[in-house]
Amino acid sequence: MSVPHIPVLRQGVAYTSLDQSELVGIGSDEPLARISQCNAGLIKRDLRRQDQAAAKLRALSSEQLLDICKRAGDLFLHGELPLNGEGDTQTREQYIATLSKTSGLPHVLVRRNMQKIFTVFDGMQGILTGLMRGMDTTVVETGFGEHGGIPVHYSPTTSALGVVLPSNSPGVNSIWMPAIALGIPVVLKPGREEPWTPLRIMSAFIAAGCPAEAFSFYPTDHEGSAVILERCGRTLLFGDVTVTDAYANDARVQIHGPGRSKVLIGKDEIDNWRKHLPVLLDSVAANGGRSCINASSILVPSHGDEIAAALAQELAKHKPCDPGHDDATLSAFANRKFAEFIDTKIKADIAAGGAVDVTAQHRELPRAQELTGAPYLLPTIVRCDSIEHPLAKTEFLFPFAAVVEVPHDQMVEKMGPSLVVTAITKDANLIDALTRSQDVDRLNLGPVPTSHVEWDQPHEGNLFELLYERRAIQRAKDW
Amino acid sequence: MTTAPQSERPDLDTHVREIVRFHFSEETGTPHWLDWAKTCGWDPKQEIKSFADIVKFPHFDGELLRTEPHERWVPRAYKDRPYTIFETGGTTGMPKQRIGWDDYKTDYEQFSASLSDESFPPGGNWLMIGPTGPRRLRLAIEHLANFRGSSCYFVDLDPRWVKKLIKTKQFDQAKAYMAHVIDQAVLILEHRKVSALFTTPKLLEELGDRMSIIDAGIKGVFCGGTTMTPQTTRFICEELLEGQAEFVPTYGNTLMGLAAHRRTLREDNYSITYYAPQPRAVLRVVDPDATDNVVDYENWGRVELTTMTNEFFMPRFLERDEALRRAPCDAYPWDGVAEVRPFGAEAATIVEGVY
Repeated sequence: MSVPHIPVLRQGVAYTSLDQSELVGIGSDEPLARISQCNAGLIKRDLRRQDQAAAKLRALSSEQLLDICKRAGDLFLHGELPLNGEGDTQTREQYIATLSKTSGLPHVLVRRNMQKIFTVFDGMQGILTGLMRGMDTTVVETGFGEHGGIPVHYSPTTSALGVVLPSNSPGVNSIWMPAIALGIPVVLKPGREEPWTPLRIMSAFIAAGCPAEAFSFYPTDHEGSAVILERCGRTLLFGDVTVTDAYANDARVQIHGPGRSKVLIGKDEIDNWRKHLPVLLDSVAANGGRSCINASSILVPSHGDEIAAALAQELAKHKPCDPGHDDATLSAFANRKFAEFIDTKIKADIAAGGAVDVTAQHRELPRAQELTGAPYLLPTIVRCDSIEHPLAKTEFLFPFAAVVEVPHDQMVEKMGPSLVVTAITKDANLIDALTRSQDVDRLNLGPVPTSHVEWDQPHEGNLFELLYERRAIQRAKDW
Repeated sequence: MTTAPQSERPDLDTHVREIVRFHFSEETGTPHWLDWAKTCGWDPKQEIKSFADIVKFPHFDGELLRTEPHERWVPRAYKDRPYTIFETGGTTGMPKQRIGWDDYKTDYEQFSASLSDESFPPGGNWLMIGPTGPRRLRLAIEHLANFRGSSCYFVDLDPRWVKKLIKTKQFDQAKAYMAHVIDQAVLILEHRKVSALFTTPKLLEELGDRMSIIDAGIKGVFCGGTTMTPQTTRFICEELLEGQAEFVPTYGNTLMGLAAHRRTLREDNYSITYYAPQPRAVLRVVDPDATDNVVDYENWGRVELTTMTNEFFMPRFLERDEALRRAPCDAYPWDGVAEVRPFGAEAATIVEGVY
């Protein structure tokens, strides 16, 4: 079988670049795709005519777009969809197997992410209602509407949403998908190892009747990414701080960096910690521990040693296995050097004192493992003496968490920025402090895993508010 | 592989003998080379019989162009004539300097024959957007335009300043400077009739982002300075120039002069092949680990430049570039260098193409 070619998509039109990269599976030389690479100048040139793409999408009503989402969801989940305009297609099973080979996610987690994306397609109406706070979603068609009896006018902030995607988890694509239902075309820069999910989502949308012009797909380099960030009126940027720092003060760019999500157990609930262990485990290890909504810190007022030991004992059961196995929980690293860097960093920070690798006592093997040529890191629970320890508030791309004892009344002050905080407490003062804290993006009250997502809630900013801004509207009587 | 087809060409062999005789003879020779010959243990005048013998010379040490007094490079035959001093492109720190008299004129007059009158109309104005200052390029482009009966406007870009800005991560300043350069070019193009451009790929891209180059009346674009991948070249030809203006890439520098490209870009899938202006300069693509040897055709190797004029002799200078060795063609029956890029580009990310 020939290796499929993944073209650049220029507002829906396939373009074969003379610069192509080969995508191979982890620990293998088997080429899985040839990917056309796009030069920055070409992106720049295309973005100058993005208004035309937006006009094509806006020609559809909000109701039509929501119907398309419904149909696309089914196609995404079950369909055999085109990979290119050259006759290559991909079935559901091929998608799962190929994505697993390049991203390291086991099949079971790919399926789970698929289901998550399907939920977004299928439940788009509810998601838009949540993002628009119950306002009639047809407001985006004309810009005019009414909310709570008050006339409102919303104007798009951009003619395209740029998205600089990561490779770590297919589920992140669910964040940009509502843009299409909101009538805003997307300009996607896929992660190097993960072109498959954005491609399948786009193919499903197009097969369901969405104008192809609404989709631009630019596998590109840093210079190309910078053009997307600079030229799209609004962009979602995924990456670590080395990538996102440069855009931290750019209001046009919504940053999806490290989550540094946390679980806090209040002093009122700490004696029940055993009961909450499943929530802690799920928070740390769901989705292979790869998501920004996985907990990387567990703050407790006491019982730190016992909690760390119990978590370590359970997580030590997670071992690399055949990615096709239904019990697989760990993901391989697509980039071996990244796994080596993380392992070395943890060892060095522990060697410097103030922290103990509790899992080391429960697993028989070193943290860094290899299975059929693919690098893995075994789950790691670190018990830190202080919240100031370098590992106490650090996120890594595998099941890793630090357990730290922090006085109940200092938790909010000391925890630092957190994408998700699960607060297992009924203490009114602690809850009040959390609801007022600028460091919390999503607050789960009670034993809800940090990894749990309610789709009617915004994620790291509200996409509708990023893409539309309310303007004053005053009409003369009978006008 | 050790045999280079260049050695089979009698005109090159005659030329190399004449040049070596010129630089190594007491009457006409260059002080640097005359002194070198006293210590090298062999007589270049006797032993260099063909270009194949050039490997008897060690690689030219480029540092000499920073450290040797200019007088050491003045052939005795030129001793009463003042010289021009040209500096290499974007170097920071003490630049390499080459002195010269008429070489740049000769090089560009010869090169002019490779330009078509349709794309670079005689009498039509030129605009150069790029490094001027102490570089040979500025005078050379103006001479080329003049030689073709044309005049040339200039917009300067100082690559040394751009490099400093990038090194100190002042990206906003670098962008602002680029915009400042392009603003000036747009102004000229909007108010003057210009039919030919000389610029770099990056500046051309920026210009194309601001205006239609075709609507501005440009018929030919002569371009050099940084790496041009096949995809970049295709983008320039098909999109920036809308398939309506001729694109003439060149590979050159102060030390060589300029190499012409094979005019079959589209047929070659936009993979640019350059041919040195033999016999005045010869490019070899050598094995980086055994630099006496050239690599096989279509293989990557390091670019080695030998410049051989009465004004300047520079044997076997290893450029900071690598390229594919490509076969001769009808127009240029000697080896070509293709897809030139910074040496080691495959292994590391190299900051290049700042302008």
